[in-house]
Amino acid sequence: MQSALDAICQQAEKYGATHVTRIVLRVGTLAGVDLDALRFAYEALAPGSIADGAALEIESVPARARCAGCQSEFGVERSFIFKCPQCGDYSGDIRAGRELGIARLEFDQPTPHEQHAHPPRTG
Amino acid sequence: MNNTLTPPAPAEPAVGYRINALTGAATSSVRDLSGPLSAEITAALAASPSGEISVRSVDLNLPLLEKNDILAERNRGYFLGRGLAALNLVSSPGAGKTTLLERTLDEFGRETRCAVLVGDLETDNDGQRLSRPHAPVAQITTGTVCHLDASMIARAAQSINLDGVRVLFIENVGNLVCPASFDLGEQARVVLLSTTEGEDKPLKYPPIFKSANLVLLTKIDLAGVLGFKRDVALDNIRRIAPQAQIITLSTRTGEGLPEWYAFLRSLIAPR
Repeated sequence: MQSALDAICQQAEKYGATHVTRIVLRVGTLAGVDLDALRFAYEALAPGSIADGAALEIESVPARARCAGCQSEFGVERSFIFKCPQCGDYSGDIRAGRELGIARLEFDQPTPHEQHAHPPRTG
Repeated sequence: MNNTLTPPAPAEPAVGYRINALTGAATSSVRDLSGPLSAEITAALAASPSGEISVRSVDLNLPLLEKNDILAERNRGYFLGRGLAALNLVSSPGAGKTTLLERTLDEFGRETRCAVLVGDLETDNDGQRLSRPHAPVAQITTGTVCHLDASMIARAAQSINLDGVRVLFIENVGNLVCPASFDLGEQARVVLLSTTEGEDKPLKYPPIFKSANLVLLTKIDLAGVLGFKRDVALDNIRRIAPQAQIITLSTRTGEGLPEWYAFLRSLIAPR
């Protein structure tokens, strides 16, 4: 969470914002992140930072895998066994669910246009 | 922008707004505005004398790399640059990592130069067991830490002479949980499962098996005594880790070792 906050401060500076009001994190179900622990860390670290008082939203990304046999993609819930519903094969080809990142930030003041002219390439 | 715009209006234009995705500026246009912030944006636009506002929300899609991931990538580049294959050996305590490495150094290690970094909470017992004149070994004691991380590997790798080394074995702290989350910069992750642990370990500790390139089913010579169901274990491994190669072996009888050495050879890039 500290590295997330560091990145948030850096981004806010880039966009000329002085305060962050909302943070949307994208966390895959396979990212190995305990959401309760993440929220706890956020509440401990945010006070006094640029994100003091910001709402923390977490977008969960469900796991998806691709079947090598029939090439179909399927969702996986609460399991590490990725079994294709079409043909019953097991898959190790994870296509989604490992995400961990900042999806969106909202600031509490209008940001100058020129700062947006060349938004940083991310991702 | 997350405030999604509906597709271009058909024949009859409705009053709406356009948000320039690049500049973040919103201006009057013929599109309807929708999305969670549309009311706020509409109000802000109505209040703005220029008819433009800056949208205060930015979509970043910025992946967060933990410090360890960055250091692990650095290690990976370093190992690749030196032309050596690094293997991260993980298992519960007592699955046979050190015994396998002893025999591997004595056999495979005679034809191919190997080195070992071995992690334990305390003592250099394993470092001493693995000590061979032809293979540099570094013991990492982690104190209370239950896994090796990429910075420990970077430091330990600097402490030994890697000249001519083609295979670097990293024997992780015996633990089936935490090492799964710590990339060390290895080229292959090898998970050991011993027959004494029971057939269902992969089902109970799935993340580590999910991340394996190779699963070694060890102490297979004991299978008969233990009533160990080999087929059930193999099926469990395949359910969790269909991507992994599986080798059944016994360090004592030598069963499966030729396949293990073939796996090691397959990792070494031709020079």
